[in-house]
Amino acid sequence: MALLHISEPGRTPAPHARRYVLGIDLGTTNSLVACVRSGVAETLPDDNGRHLLPSVVRYLRGAAPVVGYEAIAVAHEDPLNTIASVKRLMGRGVEDVKRLGRTLPYEFTQADSAMPRIRTVAGELSPVEVSAEILKELKRRAQATLGAEVRDAVITVPAYFDDAQRQATKDAARVAGLNVLRLLNEPTAAALAYGLDRRAEGVYVVYDLGGGTFDVSLLRLNRGVFEVLATAGDSALGGDDMDHAVAEWLMRAAGIGDDDVQGGTGVGRLQHPASRDTGTSLYGAGDRMSGATADRKRLRRLLRDARAAREALTQNSRTPVQVARADGSVWEGALTRAQLQALVEPLIDRTLPPCRRVLRDAGLRADEVLGVVLVGGATRMPRVREKVAEFFGRAPLADIDPDRVVAVGAAIQADAIGGNRRDDDLLLLDVIPLALGIEIMGGMVEKIVPRNTTIPVARAQDFTTYKDGQTALLVHVLQGERELIADCRSLARFELRGIPPMAAGAARIRVTFQVDADGLLSVSAREQTTGAESHVAVKPSYGLTDAEIERMLRDSIAHAREDEAARTLREQQVEADRMIEAVTAALAADGARLLSADERAAIEARVAELKVARDGDEARAIKRAVEALDGATGGFAARRMDDAVRAALAGHRLEEFSPSPEPKPR
Amino acid sequence: MAITVTPAAAERVRNFLEKRGKGVGLRLGVRSSGCSGQAYVIEYADRVEPEDKVYEDQGVKIIVDPKSLIYLEGTQLDYTREGLNEGFKFNNPNVKDTCGCGESFNV
Repeated sequence: MALLHISEPGRTPAPHARRYVLGIDLGTTNSLVACVRSGVAETLPDDNGRHLLPSVVRYLRGAAPVVGYEAIAVAHEDPLNTIASVKRLMGRGVEDVKRLGRTLPYEFTQADSAMPRIRTVAGELSPVEVSAEILKELKRRAQATLGAEVRDAVITVPAYFDDAQRQATKDAARVAGLNVLRLLNEPTAAALAYGLDRRAEGVYVVYDLGGGTFDVSLLRLNRGVFEVLATAGDSALGGDDMDHAVAEWLMRAAGIGDDDVQGGTGVGRLQHPASRDTGTSLYGAGDRMSGATADRKRLRRLLRDARAAREALTQNSRTPVQVARADGSVWEGALTRAQLQALVEPLIDRTLPPCRRVLRDAGLRADEVLGVVLVGGATRMPRVREKVAEFFGRAPLADIDPDRVVAVGAAIQADAIGGNRRDDDLLLLDVIPLALGIEIMGGMVEKIVPRNTTIPVARAQDFTTYKDGQTALLVHVLQGERELIADCRSLARFELRGIPPMAAGAARIRVTFQVDADGLLSVSAREQTTGAESHVAVKPSYGLTDAEIERMLRDSIAHAREDEAARTLREQQVEADRMIEAVTAALAADGARLLSADERAAIEARVAELKVARDGDEARAIKRAVEALDGATGGFAARRMDDAVRAALAGHRLEEFSPSPEPKPR
Repeated sequence: MAITVTPAAAERVRNFLEKRGKGVGLRLGVRSSGCSGQAYVIEYADRVEPEDKVYEDQGVKIIVDPKSLIYLEGTQLDYTREGLNEGFKFNNPNVKDTCGCGESFNV
C-alpha cells in the first residue's frame, strides 16, 4: 500500500497525481538531493543513511559507472577512469582544458565539437555526461525514497556561472532524464532555506565557504521578491586550504619537512590548493598526480588527519593529533583551538575583501544588512562565525546544516514551482555575472546589459551602419567587463542581411538582448525601416572558467584606466579611418574638377599626416590631425556642395523651390 | 470506536507540526476519487470546524469530519518505512479492497 504524506489544508493531491519536484545541489565535491514531504524540506539519504553523494564517478568496462563513496574508495587504483570535481570542467572549451591539461590527471581527446572529452574505459565522455551520472544517481535515490516516478527538478548553480556553464548543467539534467524547471543560484537557495522570503524586507548576505571555493552574495528582498544585488568571491579558497595550513603545521610540529613526505622528488611540496584549480580536492581523484604512491598516501592521510583535527576543534578547545614519520616513528601532540585560529586566520581574512566588494557594488554599508546566512562546511568553524559576525555586526544564521542548506532551499523552490505551495507566490530574480554586449567598429565592446543586472531582462540599443550602402551587419556578441573585444569572451556571431543601401549612419538597427530566468541569452537584430531581422539563441561556445570570470572582473578594475585610454584611441582611429575614406573618395570624384593643384596637394598632405598619426598610439595626435584635415577640406566641401546644388537646380526656376513652412527642429 | 495513532506516527506528526510552526492537529478524511472509489486525505489542520470530531492520542489531535468518520471508524494511523521510502499508512478495518497501488480503496 502506498505510503502517504501530510498535505497543506485543502491541498491533498488526487490519487496518482502526486508530483514530486526535486531540489538538487550539484556540487563540486559533494551533491545532494532534497524534497518537500509533509510540508518539510529534507535532504534524502542513501540506504546507509548518508546524505552527501561525493561528486565522483568511476567508469568501468562493460558495466554501469559507479558514483559516490564507492568511486572514491578506489580513486587511487583507477585514476584515469575516476572523475572527480567535474563541475569545474562544465561549460569549458577544449582550449581551456588544454591549458589545464598538465594539472589534470585525465586524458583528453580532441573532438569535433567544442566540448572536451575525457578518455575512459567506457569510451570518450564529456563533462556533461559525467555530471549526468551524478544526477542519475540522485534521481535513483529520490525515486527509491519517494516511491514514485520523478521527472522534474530545480538544480542550483553558482551565481557566477556563465551562460555556457548553465547550459551545460541543463544538458546534463536532460541526459539524466530530468526536466529542469529552474536553475537556481546557490545563495538564493540558501536564503530560501532560511525562509528569508517571509522575513522583513531588506538586504541579506549569503556567505558560502565550501571545500574549494568562496562566494559571497548580496540579496535584496523586496515585496516578497528576491533579487541578487551583487556577487563576489574567490574560486580558489576554502576548507581544503585550511586543511593544508593545518597539515603544514603538523609537519613542522612533527619535525618533518616537505621532502620527507614527498620522497624528495622536488615536485612535491605540499601542493597548495590554490594551484589545484581543476579540483584535485582532498577526496578527489587528483591527489595522485605526482610523487611516489606511498608518499601520496601519507600526504593524503596527513590531510585527512588535519581535517579531522579541524572538525574536532569546532566542538572542543583542544584535540590530540599524531603524525607518522617516514621512519615509522610516530609524533604525538595536541592542537588547540587558539593555534588553529592563528593558522586559518589569514585564510578567513581573505574572505573579507569580497564581502566589502559586494557591499560596494550594491552601494550599501555593512550595518544595512539585515541577516547573514552561512553555507558550506567550513562555516562550522567558530572562528569563521566570529569573523563574519564582526564584519557584518550581527550573528549569522547557522541553524540549518551548512552542507545541506542549498539543497533544502532548492527543494523549497521546487515545491513552490511544482504548485504545491499556496499562499506565498515566490518569484526569484538573479543577476548577470558579467556584462553582455556587442562588438562595434574598432574592436570595441558596447555593453548592452551591465553586470549584476537582474534577470530575466530585455535590453535594446540602436546601432547604425558605418559605410555608405552597407547592406549587412555582423553582430558579434561578447561577455566581459573590459572595453576591447580581445579582453572579453566571444559568445556568438550572426549576420543581419537585407539592410537597404543607405548613406552611412542612416540605417537604424535595433539590437535586443534577452536573458531568460535561467540566465540563458538570446540576441536579435532588426533593421527598423524594412523590418529585416536576424537572431541567435546563445548556445554558448563552451569555455570560460570560474577563475577566468574572477580574473576578468579583477582585470576590469585593474585596467580601468588603460582600458579607457585604449577606447579613446580606438574611437579616434575609427574617426580617422572614416575621414580618410571620405576625403579620398571626394578627391577621386571631384578633386580634378574643383581644386587647384596647390589646394589638392595641401589636402593630400593633411591626409598623409592623418594616416601617420592614425597608426600611432596618441589619441590626441589623431584628433589634432583629424581637425587639421577637416579645416583643410572646408573650402573643398563647400565647393562640392555648391556644385551639387547647381546641378540639382539646373533647368529649374527658382519659384519651383518655395520655402517649406518651418524647418522642424531636430 | 476511536481513531488512534501508533507511537511512530504520533512522533512524526508532532515533529512535522513543530517544524511547520503552526496548526492545531492532523486532519484525516476520505473523499471520492481515484481508481477504487475513495481516497484518503491527510492534511495539517489550522482550525477545527464545529461539526468535526476530535480525537486525542499520545499528544496528537486527530480531526475528522462526520462524513469521513463513517469510513474511518476504528482506523489506526501508522508511520512505516519500506526500503528508502517512508510515510503514513491507514490501518482501516472498514476497507474491503484497495487498488493496486493502495492510494484509493473501497468499503
